[in-house]
Amino acid sequence: MEETKAIIEAIIFASESPLTVDKIREVLNEVDKSEISRLVQELVREYEEKRGGFILQEVAGGLHFRTRPDLGLWINKLMKVKQSMLSKAAMETLAVIAYRQPAVKSEIDRIRGVDSGSSLKGLLEKKIVRIMGRKDVPGKPIMYGTTKRFLEIFSLKDLSELPTLKEMNELQDPAGESGTQTLLIEETEM
Amino acid sequence: MEYEVKLDIFEGPLDLLLYLIKKNEIDIYDIPIALITEQYLKHLEMMKYLNLDIAGDYLLLASTLVHIKSRMLLPVDESERETEDEPDPRAELVRQLLDYQVFKEAAQQLEKRPILERDVFRRGLHTGNGTAGISEDEISAEISVFALVEAFYRIITQLGEPEFMEIDVEKLSLTDRINEIMESLAEKRELTFDDLLRDSRDRRMILYTFLAILELMKLRMIRAHQASPFGMIRIILAAEE
Repeated sequence: MEETKAIIEAIIFASESPLTVDKIREVLNEVDKSEISRLVQELVREYEEKRGGFILQEVAGGLHFRTRPDLGLWINKLMKVKQSMLSKAAMETLAVIAYRQPAVKSEIDRIRGVDSGSSLKGLLEKKIVRIMGRKDVPGKPIMYGTTKRFLEIFSLKDLSELPTLKEMNELQDPAGESGTQTLLIEETEM
Repeated sequence: MEYEVKLDIFEGPLDLLLYLIKKNEIDIYDIPIALITEQYLKHLEMMKYLNLDIAGDYLLLASTLVHIKSRMLLPVDESERETEDEPDPRAELVRQLLDYQVFKEAAQQLEKRPILERDVFRRGLHTGNGTAGISEDEISAEISVFALVEAFYRIITQLGEPEFMEIDVEKLSLTDRINEIMESLAEKRELTFDDLLRDSRDRRMILYTFLAILELMKLRMIRAHQASPFGMIRIILAAEE
């Protein structure tokens, strides 16, 4: 039992990207999937309780060892990692795609009030966003969605972990007002 | 040589509107259109004056605002006023602004998450000759590009009428100014606006400084912060992310 857990720990450690339970099962093919899940959860808890330098994180549908978020600045002190962070425009474009996927460019442009072409291009190049096909409407515009890499970068387990959009209720108000107005018109016309 | 920086890389026309709304503490559900339109157009003027390339979307929104304003100025029939036949001409714009605000907020929330290779790390990254990141106590808010525009515009217009362009012995280029700024920052880690413009009485130098800062912000090599409106603007090196 302990040995199985150690094996799981080892292969996750060795893996460069998050490992799914299915992938782990490919290696440990004699072990039940539910057993693997159970052991994985034990490991996650152990690392969490240990309060060490890194944790076992559920991210992008799999498992991966990552440094604790609050220790980030120490690692930054250690290394000169030149990672280009996304611009504001790119982040907004990404937000629209993340929440509205599959999203088409015209929708993104409309919401942001600007042409999002260059941001889209950058996101595609960085493989944070991908093409999901074409929408079945006149013009057959391309549909965009997020990638696994997106989940990895933003430390999300899966898309359901995206925080719910705030102020969705407030959006209803203007619509509500005009709704009332329409009612008034109908009454007078009668 | 005409240097232009594309502003739409940073923020767009809706951003400008939201900035103005916030700055004037306006109720987004009851926007004083005349005031907003005036300020918006003034901003476009400032940006053009500072050699910023304004995307067509800015102009589109400008005409939308003017259109809304004219609709609101139209006299309303007495009978119509009772039934409120005419929907509020601002309604569409407000809806668009609120919609946009939702996603702008979402983008900010996303950026706050623990981000790979900025806050959290995997095994096996190269350790280089690290330089310390920026200090964590950033109490001041990152400055909006539009506030930067206003600050520069104020400084430049204070210089009064443009004198005849003297032929510089040392030719000034944008690249040089960028390098100068980066060198100063490497030494001092943080510079204020005044530091940067101390030696410039020359309009062109100030303009170049402005464009240099924008370019460096675009490249994410520096950050600009302002603790309070019209407060001191600080320029710092961006953390190695």
